[in-house]
Amino acid sequence: MAEIAQEEHGKKGGKRKAKKHSTSIDMTPMVDLMCLLITFFMLTTAFAKAKVMVITMPEKNKDQKEEKQPEISAFRTMNILLTGDDKVYYYIGIADPKKPPLPALVKTDFSKDGIRKVLLGKNKDLFTKIAEYRDLRLTGKLIVADTTADNEIKRMKKEDKEGPIVLIKADDKAKYKDIVNIIDEMAICNIASYVVVDMSPVEKTMLTTAPK
Amino acid sequence: MTPMVDLFSLLLIFFVLTASFRPTEAKMVTTPSSVSEKQAPDKNIMTIYIDSAGQVFFNIDNGKDSTTHFREDILKQMGERYKITFTPKEITTFGNLSSFGMPLKDLKAWINAKDSKEKEKLQTGIPTDSIDNQLGYWIYYSRITNPAAEVALKGDGNANYMVVKKVMDLLQENKVNKFNLVTNMQKEEVKLSDLPK
Repeated sequence: MAEIAQEEHGKKGGKRKAKKHSTSIDMTPMVDLMCLLITFFMLTTAFAKAKVMVITMPEKNKDQKEEKQPEISAFRTMNILLTGDDKVYYYIGIADPKKPPLPALVKTDFSKDGIRKVLLGKNKDLFTKIAEYRDLRLTGKLIVADTTADNEIKRMKKEDKEGPIVLIKADDKAKYKDIVNIIDEMAICNIASYVVVDMSPVEKTMLTTAPK
Repeated sequence: MTPMVDLFSLLLIFFVLTASFRPTEAKMVTTPSSVSEKQAPDKNIMTIYIDSAGQVFFNIDNGKDSTTHFREDILKQMGERYKITFTPKEITTFGNLSSFGMPLKDLKAWINAKDSKEKEKLQTGIPTDSIDNQLGYWIYYSRITNPAAEVALKGDGNANYMVVKKVMDLLQENKVNKFNLVTNMQKEEVKLSDLPK
């Protein structure tokens, strides 16, 4: 404003004083505006995109219930029961009320030495295989594309005949984070086959007598 | 002054170009963490929010480009089903909004609500019980209108698993068997030497 006023004054005074104008303009309002805009964009931008964990549930096919299910060996079957309070129970084998005795529940938790140790112990062969393969890639001894590596790991999991088949069951006291945690453990321990299923009545009664 | 202005312009241009706006969410949801590094798709996604109290909220986007108006189409079908007529203006407004969670009879009030506080008050969760299974219909019409949409479940870690299971069952009834569970990334590594002997 001051500059404009000066200009007018100069005009009035005639052309004698051909005053040299300053080339710089006042940038303060522009800077103010930019500050505001930057703050606005910084606050509204979502930088980290949400990460997702993909889980595929068994299809609910009511018509095929009668069809014979493929037999799986009992000692490979590992049942994990979740019942809230960060408690994890597991047992090996099948709990069949017609064939007593019922397997004993073992209590553990979500810590590093808890369920993970059990799963790693059961899945040692496959885990070693996949970890060695990943190491080869990390150290640069094996150079393959990401998709090829993923397919290779998928193939290893498919061919695995030793690792546990994990059945994850949660009762009505379980929290959503328990399920996410346990599926996460499956991913960490490279478990080839696991599934989330409903808890049977026998298992519910087993839980009532389980160690607290 | 000039270097500062230069820097500001650069920053501003950077933010303008990278901005992807955070969608407004009906309720704050604290997701549990996992090691997964897979990114959620940002288009063609149906998101179901479950908060710690077990209330369910729903969101679906309008599709990859501006020619499709999935939200508007779904609302029209829902209106027909529950005999509630929405004015064209309400339908367009709904198309531009995001996640919501209320019985359909309150939806009109939510669309027409002036400020966000009023809107928030109306977010009481979509009924999921078997007598009035509105979430089921929302999912059903979404699946019919946009079969390509993937499903993301954004549940609060403290939500009861039974609520999540109910939502998953509803989705499975509509032939969705693959779920994207939204989680926070948290690195966790097990080395070969950690293996128990």
